[in-house]
Amino acid sequence: MRSSLGRVRGLGSAKEGAHHWWQHRLTAGSNFLLMTWLLISILRQPAYDYTTMRLWMESAWVAIPMILLVLSVFWHFRMGLQTVIEDYQHDESRVVFMILLNFFVVGLGAIAIVSILKITFGAAA
Amino acid sequence: MASRNPARPLSPHLGIWKWGPHMLVSILHRVTGSGMATVGACLLVWWLAALAGGAESYATFRDTFTVEAGGLNILGYIVAIGLTLSLFQHMMTGIRHLVLDTGAGYELKTNKMYAMLTMVASVTLTVLFWLYLGIK
Repeated sequence: MRSSLGRVRGLGSAKEGAHHWWQHRLTAGSNFLLMTWLLISILRQPAYDYTTMRLWMESAWVAIPMILLVLSVFWHFRMGLQTVIEDYQHDESRVVFMILLNFFVVGLGAIAIVSILKITFGAAA
Repeated sequence: MASRNPARPLSPHLGIWKWGPHMLVSILHRVTGSGMATVGACLLVWWLAALAGGAESYATFRDTFTVEAGGLNILGYIVAIGLTLSLFQHMMTGIRHLVLDTGAGYELKTNKMYAMLTMVASVTLTVLFWLYLGIK
């Protein structure tokens, strides 16, 4: 018994690429769980001022899913934008766009994670 | 890539197909995904960085999208409703994609119904989300 995915792995002209497809689905699932958590958490907040938001994110039980959300969502949209670039950019510009995409994802992701860590590590025990 | 011959025929594109809901939600999935990956990601990170930066930087973020009384301004409404509608639409078409991945839902009527349902669900969820926020 082999799954459909197992049968097609390594086939096709590129001989690879199934991992991209699979990771996109996997992160779709984790995005769904983490985004549902974020939306419900936002709805449940008593207020949206600085102190309330800051106190909320200082908790490790908020900082951890928030970091996981950034990792999952950013990895998902890096693959999604890669697909869009590959569909519409056919010449050398594709390389330039891919490099810019990687800089964008890694740079923005770093800012997000350091921000969350700064808040939760800055909490008074 | 570089060796591509421009004289080769392109696959038939948008112009020759009769539009249907399945086509619309496929494009919506790509548009909402690209929008959230660029505008949405920047705003999420601005919100996180502003919160980490202190009360002053958080006020700058908040004042960009709200009026003094606390409600959303015009930019706030466009961004907030645009992003939540995009998120719910992408989430619903994403679930549709996972269903299609199993090999189910390719019969014409079923496929059309699932496509329509994603749009009904995304609008409903967006309305409920903002109603709840507005009422509480």
